[in-house]
Amino acid sequence: MASMRDIKRRKGSIQSTQQITKAMKLVSTVKLQKAKINAENSKSYFDYMYDTVTSILAKSGNINHPYLQAQEGKKKAVIVITSNRGLAGGYNSNICKLVAANFSDKDTQLYIIGRKGKEALSRKGFEVLEDYSEVMNQPLYSDAMKIGERVLQDFTEGKIGEIYIAYTAFKNTVSHIPTLMKLMPVEIEDKEDKDNSKSSEAPMNYEPEEEEVLEMIIPKYVTSIIYGALIAAEASENGARMQAMDSATSNAEEMIQDLSLKYNRARQGSITQELTEIIAGAQAIE
Amino acid sequence: MADEKMFKLRIIAPDRVFYEGDASFLELVTSEGEVGIYKNHIPMTMVLVPGIARITEADGVKVAALHSGFVEVLQDQITVLAEIAEWPDEIDVNRAKEAKIRAERRLEMQDPNVNTRRAEIALKKSLIRIEVGDI
Repeated sequence: MASMRDIKRRKGSIQSTQQITKAMKLVSTVKLQKAKINAENSKSYFDYMYDTVTSILAKSGNINHPYLQAQEGKKKAVIVITSNRGLAGGYNSNICKLVAANFSDKDTQLYIIGRKGKEALSRKGFEVLEDYSEVMNQPLYSDAMKIGERVLQDFTEGKIGEIYIAYTAFKNTVSHIPTLMKLMPVEIEDKEDKDNSKSSEAPMNYEPEEEEVLEMIIPKYVTSIIYGALIAAEASENGARMQAMDSATSNAEEMIQDLSLKYNRARQGSITQELTEIIAGAQAIE
Repeated sequence: MADEKMFKLRIIAPDRVFYEGDASFLELVTSEGEVGIYKNHIPMTMVLVPGIARITEADGVKVAALHSGFVEVLQDQITVLAEIAEWPDEIDVNRAKEAKIRAERRLEMQDPNVNTRRAEIALKKSLIRIEVGDI
C-alpha cells in the first residue's frame, strides 16, 4: 500500500486540478450563454436568406450562372472551423475526422479557421491555403465577409471547383453535430416543397433582373452561411468544453473520494501498527 | 380603418432583428433608384444599396441607415435583409466623417493599387451615416 504521504500529495494535486477544471467550466458556461444568444439572434437572418435564395433558384431553374455550376475535375476546398484552444473533449478531433473521412489530401485544399484543426490536418498531409485562426477568438460578420470574398474569388478564377464547409452545428447545450455542407456551387434541395408553399401568391418580380439579383445575393448567401457556421461553432466549442470540464470535475471528485478512503485506511493502519509496536515493546520490558 | 393600410415590416441584420412592427409606408434606396412601398405592392425582390430607409409608422417616421442587402416585398409583408443596419443614435458621426475623408483621399490618389470600387462604397457609407446621424 502506498504511503500516507504519497496519497496525500496525490490528493492535493487532484484537488488543484479540479479547481482549474471547475473554473474553466464556469468560464465556458458564461461564454456559452453569450454565444447562444448570438446564435439565436442571427438565426432569423440565415433562415430568411436561405429561404429567399431557395425560392429564387427554384423559380429560375435554368439560369446559367458560374456560381451554380460545378467545375469538373478541379480541386476541392474545405473551410474547416475548429477552435484555437484544446480541452474541449472530442470537439476538434470530430471535425478533423469528418474532413479526413470525406476528402483525400491529394485533391483537397483547406481554408482553416482554428489552430487545432490546422495542426491536426496539416499533419495528415492536407494543404492549407489560408489560415484565419484569429477570427475564432471573436467571430464578426466582417470576418465572414472577408473569408467569403476570398473563397468566391478563388472559385470564379477557377482555382477550385467545389467548396465545402465543415463545422460543428449547435443543436442544444449538450448536443453538437459535426456537419459538412456544400457551399459552392449552390445546390438547393427540396425544390418542390418551396414551390407548393408559395404557389398561391402572385409570381415574384425581380428588380434588377433575376440573374443580377442572384449575382448580388449569392455572395451574401455564402457570407451568411460562413458567419452562421462561425457563430454555431463558437457556441458548440464552449458547450463541448463545458461538458468536458464538467465530467473532468466529477471524475476528480470521484478520485478524491477514493483517495480519501485509501488515506484514512492507511492512517488507521499506521495507528494500529504503532499501537501493536508499543504493546509489544511494553511486553518485552516486563 | 387605419389598419387596412398597414403592412408587416421586418428588418433583419446578421446579428439581430433590427426592426419588427407595422408600417404604412416604407422608403428605400435600391440599385435601381429610390422606391416607396405601400401595402398591396406586387411581389418583388430588390437589391439595396447604401441609403436611408424611412419607415412610416402609425405614430411617426423612423429613419435608419441600411448598407447593402435585399428586400422582399409581398402583399402585406415586407422583409429587409440588411448586412448593416443602424439607427441614428447608434452612429458615431465623427467616425463617419473621418471615414469620409479617408475614402476621399484614397479616391484622389488614383493609385492603381487602390481598390476604387471599395473606396467608393466606403465613401457612400460614410455619407449616409453622416446624413442619418445628423437627423
